[in-house]
Amino acid sequence: MLVYEKNSLSDEIEVLIEKFGKERSALLPILQIIEKRHNYISEFAQQEVARLLDIHPVEVYSVVSFYNFLHRYPQGKNIVRLCKTISCDMAGKREIEEALKRELGINFDETTRDKKWTLEYTSCLGMCDQGPAMLVNDKVYTKLDPETAVQIINDTK
Amino acid sequence: MPDTIKRAPVSQQPFKVEKPQDLNTIGGMISIEINEKKVSVPLGTTIYEACKENQIHIPTLCHHPDLCIAGVCRVCVVEVEGMRTLQASCSFPITASIKIKTTSELVRKARRNIIDLLLSEHHGECYACVKNKNCELQTLAQEYGVDKMRYGHISAPIHEVDNSSTSVIRDMNKCILCRRCVRTCIDLQEVGVLEAISRGDKTVIGTFYDKSLQDVICINCGQCINRCPTGALYSNDPSDEIWQAIDDPTKHVVIQTAPSPRAAIGEEFGQPPGKSFTPELNTALKRIGFDRVFDTNFTADLTIHEEGTELLHRLKKALVDKDESVKLPQFTSCSPGWIKFIEHFYPEYLDYLSTAKSPQQMFGAIIKTFYAQEEGIDPKDIVSVSLMPCSAKKFECNRPEMNSSGFKDVDYGLTTRELGKMIREAGINLPELPKTGFDEPFGEASGAGLIFGATGGVMEAALRTVYELVTGREVPFENLRIEVCRGFEGIKEASVKLENVLPDYSFLEGVEVKFMVAHGTANAKQVMELLKAGKLSDVHFIEIMACPGGCLGGGGQPIPTSEEIRKQRAKAIYAEEEGLPIRKSHENPHVKFIYEKFIPEGPCSELSHKLLHTHYTKRGRYII
Amino acid sequence: MEAKINKTHREGAVLFSPYDAGSSIKKALEVGRENILFEVRESKIKGRGGAGFPTATKWMLVAAAKADKKYIVCNADEGEPGTFKDRVLLTEYPDLVFDGMVVAGYTIGAEIGILYLRGEYIFMLEQLEDYLISMRQNNLLGKNILGKEGFNFDISIRLGSGAYVCGEETALIESLEGHRGEPRNRPPYPVNTGYMGYPTVVNNVETLASISKIITKGADWFKTHGTEKSTGSKLFSVSGDCKKPGVYELPWGTTLNELIKIVDAENTKAIQVGGASGVCIPKSQFDRQLSYEDASTGGSIMIFNESRKMLHVLKNFMDFFVEESCGQCTPCRIGNVKLLECVERIEKGEYTFSYINSMKDLSRTMQVASKCGLGQSSPNPFLSILENFKDEIFRSKENGVSHA
Repeated sequence: MLVYEKNSLSDEIEVLIEKFGKERSALLPILQIIEKRHNYISEFAQQEVARLLDIHPVEVYSVVSFYNFLHRYPQGKNIVRLCKTISCDMAGKREIEEALKRELGINFDETTRDKKWTLEYTSCLGMCDQGPAMLVNDKVYTKLDPETAVQIINDTK
Repeated sequence: MPDTIKRAPVSQQPFKVEKPQDLNTIGGMISIEINEKKVSVPLGTTIYEACKENQIHIPTLCHHPDLCIAGVCRVCVVEVEGMRTLQASCSFPITASIKIKTTSELVRKARRNIIDLLLSEHHGECYACVKNKNCELQTLAQEYGVDKMRYGHISAPIHEVDNSSTSVIRDMNKCILCRRCVRTCIDLQEVGVLEAISRGDKTVIGTFYDKSLQDVICINCGQCINRCPTGALYSNDPSDEIWQAIDDPTKHVVIQTAPSPRAAIGEEFGQPPGKSFTPELNTALKRIGFDRVFDTNFTADLTIHEEGTELLHRLKKALVDKDESVKLPQFTSCSPGWIKFIEHFYPEYLDYLSTAKSPQQMFGAIIKTFYAQEEGIDPKDIVSVSLMPCSAKKFECNRPEMNSSGFKDVDYGLTTRELGKMIREAGINLPELPKTGFDEPFGEASGAGLIFGATGGVMEAALRTVYELVTGREVPFENLRIEVCRGFEGIKEASVKLENVLPDYSFLEGVEVKFMVAHGTANAKQVMELLKAGKLSDVHFIEIMACPGGCLGGGGQPIPTSEEIRKQRAKAIYAEEEGLPIRKSHENPHVKFIYEKFIPEGPCSELSHKLLHTHYTKRGRYII
Repeated sequence: MEAKINKTHREGAVLFSPYDAGSSIKKALEVGRENILFEVRESKIKGRGGAGFPTATKWMLVAAAKADKKYIVCNADEGEPGTFKDRVLLTEYPDLVFDGMVVAGYTIGAEIGILYLRGEYIFMLEQLEDYLISMRQNNLLGKNILGKEGFNFDISIRLGSGAYVCGEETALIESLEGHRGEPRNRPPYPVNTGYMGYPTVVNNVETLASISKIITKGADWFKTHGTEKSTGSKLFSVSGDCKKPGVYELPWGTTLNELIKIVDAENTKAIQVGGASGVCIPKSQFDRQLSYEDASTGGSIMIFNESRKMLHVLKNFMDFFVEESCGQCTPCRIGNVKLLECVERIEKGEYTFSYINSMKDLSRTMQVASKCGLGQSSPNPFLSILENFKDEIFRSKENGVSHA
């Protein structure tokens, strides 16, 4: 990471600390925002958060590694999370899965070379009545079929 | 003990039920039933404690007397009447009249199943494990009749062993995720290197970004090793290299022994804690084949001269020259764990540290210079080993600046446990050996050097010398016991008034010398925070040891450890010291001889700085 | 298509019946704390999240506790597979939920309420924040609410980050405090030592919504719905093989047979009641009632028809638990792996019945020795599916060698 990138990240985190406070309870909201902006929480960002909250870097790392929606390594600009729970599975998850893999040319838990897309599975999205469902960044899409799933990807590009 | 609860997440905090002051008040004692036997226990006692009081042994793994409660291994579950599930006895405080069953079928099956589950993921090949015969999991398997690996057994290691550190080796294939190391590192020591990483079946104990230990801010204190129930953590053992040196006729192999291992090595041979084996150990070391056996206490006495003189210089500069750049309080520098701690966490305060090397490193320097010269041995042919209670000493002796003679001052730091192994390998049963003294030209040291092993010992030794140096009189304590320095309180604080001082020290007349003693880096952190806040401006001298209890609780000492065991070791050290003819560092004739012959300009002179002093590195917290 | 929030017309006797936003708060402030507690106790309402702990008891313990601060936390970490009732409540009936939180805050003496919203529901965050703003404008939140001198209360929303176990109340609190979502030792319970160490009530979304109805319409009215021990109505999230999946409000005591008819399911072979951590009920037991005393559930109903392979269903569930276990306690962390392994071995036909029996024995240990509800309930589908569908699983030629 370049020095100016580090500096701007430090500034950014300091602003977040000002907003959420220095209590440990501010940790997750801060990490969520960093994740959202950068698609992951870098090693440097984790250390900065730790420094400013006066906790150990490994504690931040431990928390990041616990939650599915926080990432330690760079992800694609867009993250597709396909629900793999049984209701969606029965509603045709597998076809969507294949279509997404083919369309993006990657497997699940992988990121495209251009860093635009990451495919992930997720546990129940709470859309069981409208499955199969997937989350693309912050948006939920339901009642998918392979064509619409691919269409959504193309529209998001 | 440090307040271990402060930083722990609430999940690991015990239910704090205030134990009643007066147990006779109504509700102070609670009658419960354990296995249909009526007993009465104080309110707030955990089920585990209550059973222990009543001679019922409940198996535990994640529980450790030094640490906060985790309640994660579930081996200690018992049945409480009326509750749907079994309860973890280590974390269940008794607040009502309950009925407990500790050996019902449900409990027995649960225990067995849990042990079997742990074994299924534990790549422990007992016969090839450093903890063989001292492993809590192995003991449980034996005690609870594990006869087959019901849930399978992992056949090959899946984690790479991290042996990057000079001090601590982590083999996660043997880890059972009891998290004692995590609690030790974060709560007990406040170093914060280890945490649980990931979730579910992928959970492991790891470091920041799974880096190797040498790349994170580990201070090498080894306290995690002392509390690991299995062989997942152990120290970096140099005994093979030492054997090789011993076998090599061209090498002159010397060993110095620190006071704490001598007070604990008996435990490696089945002796109860609290008995010193100094003369027997000397015999054993000779039989193993060391050419010379020296007493580290000799350089502890030397340390007192150097560090004491340095303190007097600082005081003079501050009081007489009104030099505001002088850093006071002066901190001791004997504990390599503490040194690395301050280098990482408080690098801006390194000037407060005494520049004196630790006794180990002073001895190393003396051996390869003065001793080599006296004996006519080329220092390159000397292999200098130190027997230490400490895993951080292994790091210290590898610090690049520690080479006064042009060679490594000390070649190998050997821990008490590792020497125990070497002695057994040599077919020796230590307790039954005849007694031998230390070798010349350093001979026996003073008792002041001996008590370096216990927290407060350096301070006590320094006071004995500095006070007498300044006033010409012995410290005004009965039988030289400076009780305020003793005991396991986390941070001790006291002062001595200097009156009727000798003319040379007139600037100290009427000065109240204030000192503090802290042990365990969690307490060190508190002291540093006080310093940061400017609240220690009237303190002159602070002793800090990285390990709970001081060196006697070091990361190289026999396992298990507990406050009780550490107390026994301290007792052994203080008892041994009272029997010594010389109990003040400045009365050690060998030290006087060294200065006269070798460093005629005395402590803190140019030569002494070259040999006996060092400098520190601003490491900081950033992990690259 | 993208899921949008639009209130559809729903029918139901309790929660889905008409309600004026703010009315329960108004009523609560009129009648006072004692009377609210009385009504809640009288209503006999139990927690809607699945565990079924009497809500009044929680409230009374916190109301009686002496502390500088108290908290009411609404558990909207709806992660149980097959559950989506809270999604409907929060998007279509936020008035019921938030009013219920205000009532709870008033009753127990809290000034801060926290809605812990699962990260997957981030799409509704903006609407919820907007709704809170409108509540503040109407003085349903803020200082001296509805003119009640000294009653200050506000609600903030905190997002989860994708961890099922955070639905466990103590894990949820750990997560709020910025830690890994690992369940705590109990005792102490959150009512004693909760968020930041203060007494805390953690209630399910549906519980709080029900409270709004209990306060406005009274405990007696509430009790006219449901059964003797399971009062009121319940939202059921129905999914799987049926023509009309969705959220249904039905009185407690409805039988599975009745439910199947309502949702128009055909050829039903099995119903998983209570989500992945619930039990799987075969056709022969469809006369069972949905209630705390019989087939208890937090609302998840998954329907499987004759074409489904139950071993596949079970594998999906066990996969879920292996991944979603927090990983701290031994029985849950390793036990679930062993149960999944067992399912895989059955699939391949590589099993003996003594092995299956030892796995059942292990399941029993997990149920009693795990630290929290996740590990205690994760063997439920394993045990119930292997028991209720043993013919299908062990006698079918598809699963490796036939053992018939």
